[in-house]
Amino acid sequence: MAGMALNSDTPNTKKASSLIYDPKARGIFYQVLTVALLVLFVWTIAQNTIHNLQRANIASGFGFLNGRAGFDIGQSLIAYSSDSTYGRALVVGILNTLQVAIIGIITASIIGFIVGIARLSNNWLIAKLAQVYVEVFRNIPPLLVIFFWYKGVLTILPQARDSLNLPLGSYLNNRGLFVPKPIWGDGTWMMLVAILIAVIATIVIARWAKQRQMRTGQPFHTVWTGIALIVGLPLVTFVALGSPVTFDFPIAGKFNLTGGSVLGPEFMSLYLALSFYTAAFIAEIVRAGIRSVPKGQTEAANALGLRSAAVTRLIVLPQALRIIIPPLTSQYLNLTKNSSLAVAVGFADVVAIGGTMLNQTGQAVEIVALWLVIYLSISVSTAIFMNWFNAKMALVER
Amino acid sequence: MKTTLLSAAIGAAVLGLASAASAATLDDVKSKGFVTCGVSAGIPGFSNPDDKGEWTGIDVDYCRGIAAAVFGDAKKAKFVPLSSKDRFPALQSGEVDVLTRNTTWTISRDTSLGFNFRTVNYYDGQGFIVKKSLNVKSAMELSGAAVCVQTGTTTELNLADYFKSNNLQYNPVVFEKEADATTAYDSGRCDVYTTDQSGLYAIRLKMKNPDENMVLPEVISKEPLGPAVRQGDDKWFDIVSWVHYAMVNAEEFDINSKNIDEKKASGGPDIKRMLGAEDGGKIGTDLGLTNEWAYNIVKMVGNYGEVFDRNVGPSSPLKIERGLNALWNKGGLQYAPPIR
Repeated sequence: MAGMALNSDTPNTKKASSLIYDPKARGIFYQVLTVALLVLFVWTIAQNTIHNLQRANIASGFGFLNGRAGFDIGQSLIAYSSDSTYGRALVVGILNTLQVAIIGIITASIIGFIVGIARLSNNWLIAKLAQVYVEVFRNIPPLLVIFFWYKGVLTILPQARDSLNLPLGSYLNNRGLFVPKPIWGDGTWMMLVAILIAVIATIVIARWAKQRQMRTGQPFHTVWTGIALIVGLPLVTFVALGSPVTFDFPIAGKFNLTGGSVLGPEFMSLYLALSFYTAAFIAEIVRAGIRSVPKGQTEAANALGLRSAAVTRLIVLPQALRIIIPPLTSQYLNLTKNSSLAVAVGFADVVAIGGTMLNQTGQAVEIVALWLVIYLSISVSTAIFMNWFNAKMALVER
Repeated sequence: MKTTLLSAAIGAAVLGLASAASAATLDDVKSKGFVTCGVSAGIPGFSNPDDKGEWTGIDVDYCRGIAAAVFGDAKKAKFVPLSSKDRFPALQSGEVDVLTRNTTWTISRDTSLGFNFRTVNYYDGQGFIVKKSLNVKSAMELSGAAVCVQTGTTTELNLADYFKSNNLQYNPVVFEKEADATTAYDSGRCDVYTTDQSGLYAIRLKMKNPDENMVLPEVISKEPLGPAVRQGDDKWFDIVSWVHYAMVNAEEFDINSKNIDEKKASGGPDIKRMLGAEDGGKIGTDLGLTNEWAYNIVKMVGNYGEVFDRNVGPSSPLKIERGLNALWNKGGLQYAPPIR
């Protein structure tokens, strides 16, 4: 290299040839080339699509979102009627997707952790039952699990006119679970304030307790204090306000029960199916995570005289979580994405509502794009949160 | 900008076939050797595979009529079953040459979706079916009912409009597939199922106990069902339209698949002109086809009356009356421009 540079007469050729052989310059060149090709590819596709749309006389753009939707939606968390806009209909769909995803994730995590720990149980029966659960749900496509719950619910539950009478004024029939709907009276906001105060107080106490334990070695029952605060403070407020709540009970109407809150079979079947299905995977992840903690850690903790609950909570779980969290994130993302199977049972998620919009307006390209953006946003947000949680849980090297 | 690019990228996927489906659909159809029709996944009487797996129905016969006109062979038709949601992208992208799928002709489909409609092969209207045990005699008594409906249809919109304008409450339960919606109704998830009346009679036959269900008298909408083609190909549009008109004219002239040869030999000048037996006639070639186009349609598929009778009328399990679908000179709306 040095000899070559010495022999060359003109500085120009020297520079050019060294650029060609410079691995750094080459690297940049290939990267620029890749980006250029990618841009060209996307641009060609965009041009082609716009051209095709124009030739087919198809109107395009997102203006249709301001138009009147004209169709009704069975399940909605916000006020919606056929007079609302397409945009609002889409929001209803997004909220329904988020609702089933969030509740599903919580339930799946709880079932998954229980089953995962049960698989490691010394009790033969419990371990085998957990294994059967995992193998059954892990090996059935989620769509079939949804159908199982939906068709099962519809055929086994009684017809609307012979509803099952449950305690506390609730009813169950093949139209769903009807529960009394609380109507909050004056001063309800004070209970929310009480909850907020309790949460803040718990956090402060937890910090103080940790510092004290570091300093003096004295443990403090943070968990029990926290529970007492978070449950107790709102309860005291509630009683002090004179129990400002009334209930709207479901009553038998002409066709079905009216009034109260309804959990429809569409939502229930989707929610149960997604929870049970994903829980099987989470159970395996939890089991693997716990198994990955070397036995020496437990033995060392025992040798130090820690009780078995403390060993699990302070030694095993923190180390296991580091293994568990990254694959757990993908399961959460899977659950969210699988919620798009709602279409099969008529639950009004974002795909079902988008599909209706697609048909009424014919804006296929725009709506498919919206779907992608929505799912991408939900998934990326979940991933960001889980990555933050992972970083917090990761082993801090000293 | 990001969304524009993204939507464009998806568009390319959605419309990937669009470049293949050029303006000259007739040439494409001829070169591939068959016509591709989008049909429903199974509505008895309209498009439904029979127990041998053969497609039957008036929409299917419309498609066979097009094949007969183009190729002189009614068998050169391929059927693509489409859900109500998939049907429009399938036609837009060129996956099907024509949509013969009990599709309601509306202005928005005619304009913003980029389709063309002209003929109506079945005049329908939306109705309701309920369980007899509910003791409901009129749709006005349906306030508070759970209604099963198929998504992406004019039905869904008519339903919302009807209940709103009559100040009735209802709880929609929406399904993507017609079969799912009817199963849900049949198993008691809904009190009411709503779709076009022809569909209600067809679906009633598939239920566990057909006699326990009744169709309510109200017809709440106009549903002119007909074939749709892409805009911008007038030649293909003409062919698709005139296939229907040829069938209707044939019925008007009393020409059917059995007596057609006799009529061709002995009929008046208008019949001879239509069937391509006129000397020097070039109606068929002007259409881009052969002069036997109409003869082939009627010979191989039948006239409109035969097709109706066989699929939805007295000779079918549906037993639907001609009603609005009778010829114009018999009190109905089926009217075809003259072939001359």
